[in-house]
This record gives sequence, C-alpha cells and structure tokens, in this order.
Amino acid sequence: MNHRLKSKLEVAGIYGIIIVMSIIIFYPLAWALGLSFNTGTSLYSSSIIPKEPTLEHYRWLFTSPESNYVTWYKNTLIVSSVSCLLSIIFTSMTAYALSRFQFVGRKSGMYAFLLLQMFPVMMAMVALYIFLNLIGLLNTLLGLILIYVGGQIPFNAWLVKGYLDTISRELDDAAKIDGAGPIRIFVQILLPLITPILAIVALTNFMLPIFDFILPSIILHDKSKYTLAVGLYNFVTEKYSSNFTVFTAGAILIAVPIAAIYLFLQKYFISGLSAGGTKG
Amino acid sequence: MEEQPQSALRHQTHRPWLAMLLSILFAGLGQLYNRSYIKGIVFIVIELAFIITFADFIGLGLWGIATLGTIPKLDHSIFLLVYGILSLIILAIAALIYVINIRDAKRQAEQIRNGWKRPPLREAIKQAYMNSFPYLLSVPGFILLIFVVIFPLLFAISLAFTNYDLYHSPPRNLVDWVGFDNFVNLVTVPIWNQSFLKVLSWTLVWTIVSTTLQIGLGLFLAVLVNDKRIKFKRLIRTILILPWAIPNFVTIMIFSALFNDQFGAINRTLLGWLNIDPLPWLTDPLYTKLALISIQVWLGFPFLFALFTGVLQSISHDAYEAADVDGGTRWQKFRYITLPHVLFATAPLLIIQYTANFNNFNIIYLFNGGGPAVRGQTAGGTDILISWVYKLTFTTNNYNMAAAISLIIGVIVIVFAFFQFRRTKSFKEERDQS
Repeated sequence: MNHRLKSKLEVAGIYGIIIVMSIIIFYPLAWALGLSFNTGTSLYSSSIIPKEPTLEHYRWLFTSPESNYVTWYKNTLIVSSVSCLLSIIFTSMTAYALSRFQFVGRKSGMYAFLLLQMFPVMMAMVALYIFLNLIGLLNTLLGLILIYVGGQIPFNAWLVKGYLDTISRELDDAAKIDGAGPIRIFVQILLPLITPILAIVALTNFMLPIFDFILPSIILHDKSKYTLAVGLYNFVTEKYSSNFTVFTAGAILIAVPIAAIYLFLQKYFISGLSAGGTKG
Repeated sequence: MEEQPQSALRHQTHRPWLAMLLSILFAGLGQLYNRSYIKGIVFIVIELAFIITFADFIGLGLWGIATLGTIPKLDHSIFLLVYGILSLIILAIAALIYVINIRDAKRQAEQIRNGWKRPPLREAIKQAYMNSFPYLLSVPGFILLIFVVIFPLLFAISLAFTNYDLYHSPPRNLVDWVGFDNFVNLVTVPIWNQSFLKVLSWTLVWTIVSTTLQIGLGLFLAVLVNDKRIKFKRLIRTILILPWAIPNFVTIMIFSALFNDQFGAINRTLLGWLNIDPLPWLTDPLYTKLALISIQVWLGFPFLFALFTGVLQSISHDAYEAADVDGGTRWQKFRYITLPHVLFATAPLLIIQYTANFNNFNIIYLFNGGGPAVRGQTAGGTDILISWVYKLTFTTNNYNMAAAISLIIGVIVIVFAFFQFRRTKSFKEERDQS
C-alpha cells in the first residue's frame, strides 16, 4: 500500500512538472497569438485575451500599401527554394566525386572541407560584404543564395559522402559491366539510393534562409529585398510600441506553417543532425 | 619483322627524367616528347592562355598585397589586398595543374620505357574522360567554395594584421600591414582590453551555463516522460518539442517584448500578481543576462529532449533488469547505465550545442542588441564575441579589430570542432584507409 501510494505520488509529480513546462512553453506563444487579434496598436491596452477580437492586423499585412509583408514572404521562399535546389546539385556532385573516385587532391580536398566547415560564415562577413560589392551582387537575392550554397558545401559534402560510402561498390561495378557511364551510374543507381540523406540536406537548406538573420541583414539593404527575418525585425524596431501587434500577426503566419513542417518531419531533422554528428 | 627489335630499343632509351624536365620547363613539352601530341598541345595552350590572361593581374596583385599601395587617393589598399589574395589563389591552382602535368609526363614516360603500347585514339579519349571525370564533378562546387568561403576567410585573416579602420580607410588613406599589433592592443591598450576581457568572460559563462542548463533540462524531461507509468507520451512529446519548431527569430522578438521594462507582460502581469516591483530586464546587464539564459534554455532544450528520447528508447532493458536483481537504486541505475549510454551516443552533438551557443548571434542581437549600452565602450553589457565583431564592423568600422577578434573566435571554434570530429565515422574511415 505504502509502495503504491509512493508510486502514485511520483506519477503525479511527473505530470505536475510536465504541466508547469507546458505553461512555460505556451504562455509566450499564447500571448503573441492573443496580441495579434487585439484592436489598435498599443501594447499597453492590449491583453492576452482580446476584448474585441479582430483580424485587422492580418488584413493590414496583405492589403496596406505600406506593408511589404507579401514581398518579404516571396523573397524568403525564392531564396529558400533556389538555394535548396542548388545545394542538392552541388553537394551530391562533390560527394559522388569524393566517395567513388581516386584523384590527385582528393584527400587534401577532404581535409580542407573538414577544416572549412568549422569556421562560422560570420567570421568573414566583412570580406563577403566587400566581395559582393566588388562583383555587383550586394543587395541582391542572388548574392545571398550563392553564399548559402557555397557555405554549406563542406559540411554537407561530408554528410552525403559518408552515406554514399555505405552503399556497396558492387552496384557500380555491375552497372559498369553492363556498359553504364559514370553519369548514368550516378543518376540512375546511386541517386535513388541516397534520397534519404539528400532529403535532409534539402530540408536544412530550405529552412536556413527562413531562420537566418545576420547574413541577409548584411547583404540586403532595400525594404523590397528583405527576407522575413530582416523585414520583421526592422519593422518592429522602427516604431516599437506601435508596430508590435502587427508584427505578432506576421510572426504567427510564419510560425504556424514552419512549426507544422517541423513537427511533421521532426524525425528526419533529428536523424539528419545526428547523422552529421556521429555517422558523418 | 625488322621493326620489332628497333622499337624495343626505342622503348628502353625513353627517359622519364627528360620528360619530367621538359614538362617543368614548359607544361606540355614532356607530353610531346612522350608523343602524346593532343595532350601536349592542350597543356601548352592552357599555360600560354594562363600567362597571357593573368600575368598583369598577378603582377599587380602580388605587388599590391606586399605594399598595400604607395600613393594615397590613387592606390586603393583594400582592392589591392583583394587582388593580391585572388592572385595567390590563382597561383595555387596553377601550381596544382603544373604538378599534375609533371607527374603525368613522368608516369607516361615510365610506362613507355616499360614497353607500353599506345591505345587507339578513341580509347585514349575515353580514358582521359574517365580520369578527368571526378574533377568535372567537383569543379563547380570548388569554384563556388573558393569565392564564398576560402577567399573571404583569407581576406578576414589578412585584415587582422592591418590597420584598416575609420582613420585608415581608402581611397583617402592607405592601409598598412602592422603585424601582430592588433592582438597586442587587444590585451594591452586599456579601452580594448577592458572590453575584450569582459566580453570574453561573459561569452564563456554564457556558453557554459546556457548550454549545460539546456542539456540538463532536456535530459531530465526525457527521462521523466520515458517513465513506463506516464500516458499520452506522443502528445507530451509534441508539446515539449514545440519551441524548437518555431523559427527562433520570431520567438526571440516575442520574448523581447515580453521582457520589455515598461509594457512587457512579465513586469506588468507576472510580477504584478506576485506583488514584485518591475525589474529592469532590458536596462540592467545582470537582469538581461538572466533573461537571455532563461530564453536560450527555453529555445534549446526541446531539440536535446527529442534527441535523448530517441537514445533512451534504444537502451536495452537487460541492463536495467540486471541492476534490479542486484538491488540497484534508481539513482544508481541512472548514474551507471543511462547517463554513460546517453552521453556516449550524443557527445559530438553536445559539443555542437556548445559551439552553436558560443556563436549564437541571433539571440544576443535580436533580444536587446547586445545592450544595455556601456558608457565609453564599443561592446554592450551582454555582447558576446560574435555580436561585438558585428558592431565593430558595421557600427564603428574597426575592421582590423573585428578581424582580429574573428580570428580568435576561429581558433576557439576549431579546438571545439577538433574534439567533435575525432569521433565521427567517415573521418575514422578515412584515417583507417591511409
């Protein structure tokens, strides 16, 4: 009896901790959601449960001529999809060369990758700024995309190369005997087999531009070129107290789809990160 | 019939060292000596084209990087530095191709001496294609990498050894090489070393405290939810992972408003209930630091929770049953079975967590801009190294100091990364092969 009582108390304690954690997690989110439905722009008079719920802030984002929200959304999606696509192409090609061929410079190239992927891109922000300025890609989405794509090569080439190494070379040899060239072997045999790891590369490279703040804030200067992170940050800091309710509306419209994708695909994200860390 | 001995004689007199020497003199000559005419001509054309196109540029670049310009207003030191670095990169690539050319000439000459028969042209072209295929594959990525990663890195490293700041900014003034002066100034000149020591120590405290707390909380919750007696596991796990699924710039800005001194809900509502006076969350460095660490734990624990949950499910029950037989307490089971297993399985990822927080620009900058500002210093009260670099670069234009601090960050990160990578599988495989 005493034992069972102790067990029950323990379970109650665990549920208690989980409930407290849930409140801590939900409170800020609920507060932001509540604010986005408040009338007016003042933070002072607004409350977590709006007195007269309204969609005016959401409407403002899409209809007001002052609002650049749709442009920012579009820019972010352009940068995300293009850099995701280019990343897959560049990374898989490089990884294929590293995994399947012996050539002069292969080993030193791999060690260079290992070293390069350790440096945060931010370390070289002055240089990136001056370089993009020099070739006229400052303040363009293309410049931003090129940096994302180039920056991810060292890490992801290792990741994909590690995965390719686990696929038996007998498959390649068999195809070679049947007369397949290296391009056909890659596209028709290996590519389908490495889709799980390429999906992870695609996912992380699609998400990075949505989350990133520092690079776009260095490279993009026009309001019409901003991505969501930079756009919303500048929007809030411009007129803090009077823009915040509109900001929450804009933030909710990003957070909901992204959170849905993350929760739906969480297994892939986590296995991707652990693959990078342990299986490489 | 008569030709046979004569050609055999010619094989034996073919000299690899001569082929090598000729290729050193001018790329392609050795290949011509080897009678690989097409290959030889290709090499010669490449070298000629290289000399014609790049000679002037490399001359200017090398002069530029050595002197950084001599006449103010005419010579732009920074462009000269850029040209110089690009010249060095081009020279390195040229040297690589040259080495390949020399090796190729020598190897082929050796093969000819050993009586190797030249394959028909079609066969030779196919072979050449196969040999160059890996290069064709990696060249596009490699070129992008040079411009986006290698060049900027070399440029940043170079800047750390110059005096490029607001007062030495081209085209009006020249920039000069100053050796290790920036690093010396960082630790000896009062305005710099005060900021540097303060920022460095806060960066370390921030990294260690926030990361350790988020790992601890993640593990604690993972173990709790993993308990057999707990129901609704899927729902609970989804809730606990939620903060990780939301873009963190969104949550950080929401928190920034929540913590706002005047109208934030923490001061107005939460502390109001508890009858506590409003706290200076954004204006007192100590409170800002507390807020930053709490927010980072909120943002960071869910990923670790998810990770640990996965590992916990993979531990076999045998070990726990054996411990039960031996009468082990719950704490002993955790300490000697769960903890070692979990830490071993996730060590590299935990190290990544520390490195990520060490360079966690987003939270510091978006929450309070590294502030509150400190009188007479370039670094705010909660700036970490990376956000200080950002300010030095884009607010006060101390490019040289920013670069020097970046270099220090780079060294610290490499030490972290070294430990992380020693454990990864493909690295081990590569080492086993060699």
